[in-house]
Amino acid sequence: MGIFLDAFINVLAFKNLAAMTLLIPLGMMAGALPGFTATMAVAILVPFTFAMDPVMGLICVSAVYCSAIYGGAFPAILINTPGTPSSIATCFDGYPMTLQGRAQEALFTIAFASLVGGFIGTIGLIAFSLPLAKIALKFGPPEYFWVSIFGLTIIAGLSGDSLLKGVAGGILGLLISTIGIAPVGGDVRFTFGISSFQGGVELISVLIGFFCIPEVFKMARNPVGSYLKNTSVGSTVEGYKEAIFKGFRNAFADVVNLIRSSIIGLFVGILPGAGGNISNLIAYNEVKRASKNPESFGKGNPQGIVATETADKATIMGSFVPLLTLGVPGSPVAAVVYGALMIQGLNPGPELFTKHAEITYTFMTSFFVATALTVLIGMFAGVLFYQIIMRLPIRVLVPGILLLTIVGSYAVRNNFMDVIFMLGSGYLGYVLGKLGFSPGPVVLGLVLGPIAEKGLVQGYLMGNSISPGMPWVIFFTRPISIVLIVISLISALWPFYSARRRRRAA
Amino acid sequence: MRRLVISLTSILVILAIFGTFSGTAKAAYPERPITYVIAFNPGGESDITARAQQPHLEKILGTQVIITYKIGGGGAVGWSEIVRAKPDGYTICGHNIPHIILQPLQRKDTGYKTSDINTVCWFEATPNMLVVPVDSKFKTLDDFVKYAKEHPGQITLGGSGSYSANHLGTVEFNEAAGIDTVYIPFTGSGDAVPAFLGGHVTGLMTYTTMAANYKDQMRPLAVATEERLSLFPDVPTFKELGYDFVEGAYRGICVPPKTPDEIVNKLADAFKQVNETPEYKEMMESMGFQMVFYGPEESKKFVEERTEYYKRILDKLEMK
Repeated sequence: MGIFLDAFINVLAFKNLAAMTLLIPLGMMAGALPGFTATMAVAILVPFTFAMDPVMGLICVSAVYCSAIYGGAFPAILINTPGTPSSIATCFDGYPMTLQGRAQEALFTIAFASLVGGFIGTIGLIAFSLPLAKIALKFGPPEYFWVSIFGLTIIAGLSGDSLLKGVAGGILGLLISTIGIAPVGGDVRFTFGISSFQGGVELISVLIGFFCIPEVFKMARNPVGSYLKNTSVGSTVEGYKEAIFKGFRNAFADVVNLIRSSIIGLFVGILPGAGGNISNLIAYNEVKRASKNPESFGKGNPQGIVATETADKATIMGSFVPLLTLGVPGSPVAAVVYGALMIQGLNPGPELFTKHAEITYTFMTSFFVATALTVLIGMFAGVLFYQIIMRLPIRVLVPGILLLTIVGSYAVRNNFMDVIFMLGSGYLGYVLGKLGFSPGPVVLGLVLGPIAEKGLVQGYLMGNSISPGMPWVIFFTRPISIVLIVISLISALWPFYSARRRRRAA
Repeated sequence: MRRLVISLTSILVILAIFGTFSGTAKAAYPERPITYVIAFNPGGESDITARAQQPHLEKILGTQVIITYKIGGGGAVGWSEIVRAKPDGYTICGHNIPHIILQPLQRKDTGYKTSDINTVCWFEATPNMLVVPVDSKFKTLDDFVKYAKEHPGQITLGGSGSYSANHLGTVEFNEAAGIDTVYIPFTGSGDAVPAFLGGHVTGLMTYTTMAANYKDQMRPLAVATEERLSLFPDVPTFKELGYDFVEGAYRGICVPPKTPDEIVNKLADAFKQVNETPEYKEMMESMGFQMVFYGPEESKKFVEERTEYYKRILDKLEMK
């Protein structure tokens, strides 16, 4: 216990608090701009941390990471565009709330949800790091394959009205994900002779295209006055005092949802290679599945954003479990921190808990403070963001957002091809939206495609050496794989079961 | 009065602009910040190296060095761009052997040719190392080879990427030892570690940096170098055990084609000085990097040598 008291005292040193308070608004801004991700924010920060002592450097990392993920929810709620891939599903109910004049309520709801997600995630990181890491290691290529298959079964929950359109969208996403160099085998696929296609399609530029561009088109069709005033016509815009109260009530109305979403977030974060982009979608699907009236989701049900924003906060802490316990960078941000630790002369892995225990526990504890400060600052920043979008006339907003989408999609990889992809998928997203397709399944396919492919091919190679000639056996005989298969089957059949049950009830 | 001020100011501005331009013509390279492009993800070996070099480079060159990323296609996206960049020495790019040799040999539209790449120097190597878990029944390479001969096709070795140094190293080892182990590619050397720690692969054909970092979990059986490494004095080389091959990745810097010789030499000299800085050298060696140095001329010869060598190995691989 003593070590935690010391850790808290370390974190609460004035210079650390000052650095966090200074960095959190910057991280939030990066997260709120579509295209500028948490990874980029942390990567920009890291060189500056070399001049600091390791403790302060790591505290700055946790502040920037938490705030960037938090900031990603602002544009998701206000303009239907996820600022980072961790807030994809926040759009589904956050934006309808905005349309109903409940934007501020949504912003305060995610503040309280984030607080819970961040705290549960941090407790998980501190208390269960080692056993959780052991479980994560049991997941080999066949298990990753089944995890991604399970992920694909939630398409039904993201499809909107038509399951068929959802499945078609998911397949489209899977196909887009195969462009570029094969993750295993190195084959060149669908590059059409263009060398910049070798890098494949960047998820973030497609996200911007699918979510943001159709919204900009919609704004441009009615270019008079202010965007939020236009869209929330007929509903009264509430004051922020009422919004705080409602936000608090929303967040704590369903405690099971809070806990379930945090655990989903934490666990997905721990798996190397899976991150907030997956956890928020799964948490969203599960809250919808558990709900008595799943029809209310996608129409401004606050429990939807509670689920996504709790899950993606817990994923932050989860993603540091493999790094700290095993020295395995399991997420892009953890990889950046891994590099930083090496240069600081700290060997990532078990040594962190023995030789450098003080630094490590301080880093883990700093997530409590980073979460609390982020939420506090986030409440003000959210209202400010809302006021800005509320007041800006559309004729300023449309070109401004378009400029940001171009800069953002270029900045992800400094690749102009990503801008073309962004505009292309924007057009596609607009057309598909008119045809009644929702962007969720496409994005899901795009995220899960590479994980499924890697698991399948690596598992196949493994299987061939265990049972020559029958490489498929490995996918159906390992205990965790069997559990995952059962879960996937239940999840895939659920929509049919619940439809029948509802028909019977009616 | 106001007019006078305005005209005076404009004259000053014009003079200042002229001053800067005439300054440009005379000033020696480098007189503005240099962009150091990394073609791989932040946190990887190339990025760690660049971050460690950065402060020393800035001191030696007397200008700012800005690290940016151009990621994709196993480095190919970055390299196809550097061969088209302005040859003024202000954009330099990290690059690797065998990647720059194998990609154009194996893919059709790489976007660059090996001969387009203007190598300034190679400054470090990460030799291949065969590792198994510390609690493995394989105590020596002999144990490993003996088991592999009795159980063909049943040993799996993970490594970083397809057509990479790890991949070809496994092929060369199989060939030299007359065994048949299965290579399983992962997307990066760090990506293979969870599969290794979880026991999903028998061992790894990985880089020395990984063995240095996970020294409590990995037991190195042999290293693919000419001589033993100072960081692993007890680990024999494949060569001394009778398996005649040397394999690993090399990292260095390249600039666009037609960059003036004096700029290339100045950069090569700066990177050489960084390599010789005791503080840098010690840090990199403790992380498992092998410090080597090939200047501009030697580098080109080295690439040609390795190209011939890899062509032979690829032919063998195709025949299989």
